[in-house]
Amino acid sequence: MSTEFESETDHSKAVLKIEEATVRFCGDSGDGMQLAGTQLTNTSALAGNDVATFPDFPAEIRAPRGTLAGVSGFQVHFSSTDIYTPGETVDALIAMNPAALKTNIADLKSGGVLIANSDAFDKKSLEQAGYDDNPLDDETLDSYQLFQVPMTDMTRRAVDGLDLSQKEADRCRNFFAMGLAFWLYGRSLEPTRRFIDLKFKKLPAIAEANRRALAAGRNYGETTDAFVSSFSVDKAKLSPGTYRNMTGNQALAWGLMTAAKLSGKELFLGSYPITPASDILHELSRYKNFGVRTFQAEDEIAAICSAIGAAYSGHMALTTSSGPGIALKGEAMGLAVMLELPLLVVNVQRGGPSTGLPTKTEQADLLQVMFGRNGECPLPVISARSPADCFEVAIEAWRVAARFMTPVMILSDGYLANGSEPWRIVNYQDLKPIPITHPEAPTNGKPFLAYERDELLARPWAIPGTPGLMHRVGGLEKADGTGNVSYDPINHQHMTDTRAQKVANVAQVIGDQEVMGDPAGDLLVLSWGGPYGSCRTAVTRLQAEGHKVSHAHLRWLNPFPANLGEILRSFKKVLIPELNMGQLSMLIRNQFLIDTIGLNKVQGKPFQVAEIIDKAESLLP
Amino acid sequence: MAPVELPVLKPGDFGSDQDVRWCPGCGDYSILAQMKKVMAALAWPREKTVFVSGIGCSSRFPYYMNTYGMHSIHGRAPAFATGIKSCRPDLHVFVITGDGDALSIGGNHFMHVVRRNVNLNIILFNNRIYGLTKGQYSPTSELGKITKSTPMGAIDNPMNPLSLAIGCEATFVARSIDVHIKHLADTLKRAAEHPGVSFVEVYQNCNVFNDGAYKYATDKSVKSDNIIEIEHGKPLIFGKNRDKGIRLNGMQPEVVELGKGITEDDLLFHDELAPEPTLAYLLSRMRYPEFPEPIGVLRCVDAPRYDELLNEQVAQARAEKGEGDLDKLFRSGDTWTVE
Ligand SMILES: Cc1ncc(C[n+]2csc(CCOP(=O)(O)OP(=O)(O)O)c2C)c(N)n1
Ligand code: SF4
Ligand SMILES: [Mg+2]
Repeated sequence: MSTEFESETDHSKAVLKIEEATVRFCGDSGDGMQLAGTQLTNTSALAGNDVATFPDFPAEIRAPRGTLAGVSGFQVHFSSTDIYTPGETVDALIAMNPAALKTNIADLKSGGVLIANSDAFDKKSLEQAGYDDNPLDDETLDSYQLFQVPMTDMTRRAVDGLDLSQKEADRCRNFFAMGLAFWLYGRSLEPTRRFIDLKFKKLPAIAEANRRALAAGRNYGETTDAFVSSFSVDKAKLSPGTYRNMTGNQALAWGLMTAAKLSGKELFLGSYPITPASDILHELSRYKNFGVRTFQAEDEIAAICSAIGAAYSGHMALTTSSGPGIALKGEAMGLAVMLELPLLVVNVQRGGPSTGLPTKTEQADLLQVMFGRNGECPLPVISARSPADCFEVAIEAWRVAARFMTPVMILSDGYLANGSEPWRIVNYQDLKPIPITHPEAPTNGKPFLAYERDELLARPWAIPGTPGLMHRVGGLEKADGTGNVSYDPINHQHMTDTRAQKVANVAQVIGDQEVMGDPAGDLLVLSWGGPYGSCRTAVTRLQAEGHKVSHAHLRWLNPFPANLGEILRSFKKVLIPELNMGQLSMLIRNQFLIDTIGLNKVQGKPFQVAEIIDKAESLLP
Repeated sequence: MAPVELPVLKPGDFGSDQDVRWCPGCGDYSILAQMKKVMAALAWPREKTVFVSGIGCSSRFPYYMNTYGMHSIHGRAPAFATGIKSCRPDLHVFVITGDGDALSIGGNHFMHVVRRNVNLNIILFNNRIYGLTKGQYSPTSELGKITKSTPMGAIDNPMNPLSLAIGCEATFVARSIDVHIKHLADTLKRAAEHPGVSFVEVYQNCNVFNDGAYKYATDKSVKSDNIIEIEHGKPLIFGKNRDKGIRLNGMQPEVVELGKGITEDDLLFHDELAPEPTLAYLLSRMRYPEFPEPIGVLRCVDAPRYDELLNEQVAQARAEKGEGDLDKLFRSGDTWTVE
């Protein structure tokens, strides 16, 4: 279904046209802020804006109410131009309680819109948030456009007469806040109304209450004297096509299903729940009619082992996890390398080490996935750069895994997984098939060789059930060709070299590295994964100022594209911004013997464009 | 049409071209030989059979079978096998494991594969020792056992594989002995034919690191007093002269002598089909030297199988929603068009 919504707001007030806006909802983790943010995102996308989001929530499902630890936020950036990040400073902040105000106010730009639920600023909540005095009453917030809105009271009044407990009534507050935000940016209420109808189909009273709260929020903006004007953001000039909004995890799941179909395979997922990867399991388990089989295993080890079993049996095999689970999968990944079976391992990275910051983003597992296994155990590693990019990355990863008979590691991260952006819908017919063949019994009387290699060093994928090809695979070193157990020293050297060369051969199919900007200059910003958007935006701005700066974003981290060394040597300096302490830097220095300059941070947050610009400027002549 | 002549496979046809490398005299040889016989008797196509193992002496088994096979990693064979069977219910999948492999490092997987009732055949070679790593004690080694890693004797209470399997509600539980070749072959065959998870504990002699561990159960002069062959519907009788039996005294089994007023009718009758696992559990608890140890099928019941249920859900989803259509999926829900 394709719909276009016009704003239904009858603007009796002034409407200011703006290019873009960044809005953040924040409140208690029970306040429904993620939902509010998602609705504003979808509605903005449906209105034709480019959007990017950054959900930020605590590790605890319900930290004690009103505490700083329990604050949950969702940031939406929408624009009439192409955007690559969920926004820098916030233009409008909607704070549902003092704790939310306290933890988020620093990101609101000077002069920005601050909408506070004044009903929540009682003595106890202020104390919990560590405020001695009510900041709404003194001069603390003078540099912002403060709007004190008694949301609790207004919501209760809006739902009055419905058969609801006070708790239930108060739970509608987020819809009031949405309604007000929708008014502020001239958004239609219609998509959210449809969402309410669908979501609360079985709870008519709740549905009605939410509908009323939503309308009350909008009417409040329209009628109260406090707001003198609202904003409008034109449609973005996205390339023509039909779009939908997608999170990274959803895009990854759909990409995997698409890859399965393109290769004529059915998908098997072995997984064990872990934040922020679980949504891939949830999403894929819904699509059994696509032949998807999902197995929630007893732990991450069983998850990957079941997937390897599935691969041996001839299926497209997948396992999904995050850093701690990837650590558990290490031994089995080594087996997959040894068996030379195609397998996809997804690591949606989060803050580490150990349990670390489970709901926050980080890129600190690069060296883990490169080297975190016993023995000489290389495997290809690919990374996604944006939520929608996860779709293509999944397909490309499977193309390589199937072609080379190797496990492939897909790196995503919490920021990509939960963030969303518009995805231009593809036509299945336009996608390149992934050819896979399975051998039949040899008819020339020669014995079947399970480890005979083709020109790229891949072995055949013979599957059980095929007469005449019975063979045994295992983790012991095997003789090249036959695959029989071999302890021969020279053979072990040969097999180690062969497995490494096979992974190196992947460079022959992944294409050359592209550079945004001149192929040589003063500074190359080299990035991978989630920082793509911030780096691209930063470099674009620097280029506009006339600096000789270019941007190269790596998709494959192992192997590197064949021309990468040449690119690196064409710049006077190479800056590598990473949400870790310098892991790509280590790989680049090691492989190319060039110096790199790191911009490193592990604060559970993505890079701000300004951070990259500042660092880059300090390096420019 | 003329009937198709299927080639009749003999036990030898199931041997691979690899040299068997167990120590001479190892009980594993006998299990391998009986398995080949069972394979020939079952007459399943070789290409439809997969042997999956973990790590250990016992786990070398798949290399010696001319079927499909995977020698995986320590303790995890049930998980590999679950993946294979879930995707390919048409295959016959065996799990070959040892007491360390299944019960120590792989205890978690063992428990879960059993409770899920995946249609696999799990054969545990129990030699009550770590063979491959040269003689440390295992989770089934008896208290006080002196081994390389327990010079003053083992102080951890051993576990009972059958009790564990029954505790996880295994649908088929049996025990046999490497040298009781006919009994072993019969038991393996029944296990293979059982729909659902089947678990067979095989007493296996490791003549290098734990020789004679099962002397009481294999030595001609004493074995009939120390093991009891149980059969469905039959009373529990044992002894060289078949003059002893097991009687229930309340919830406790007790050894009684037949005659002197005690007849077969007073004895416990075996019922492998009992829906409640209580009787099977009670039998699994009978340990030498207090009791003769049961061999044979303790439990054989029917229950839904994970692999079938999974594939039924796939079929059901297809029947209800139709074969998945990616283009339709991509365009479902809220979309917008840019001209
Ligand atoms: C992860 C891992 N830990 C330890 C080992 C070493 N190891 C190999 S086999 C084994 C014990 C085998 O005992 P069991 O399962 O009883 O098999 P058996 O050799 O007695 O047949 C151990 C500890 C290993 N291969 N892998
Ligand atoms: S060590 Fe023991 S179990 Fe292993 S092969 Fe030798 S006799 Fe058999
Ligand atoms: Mg053992």
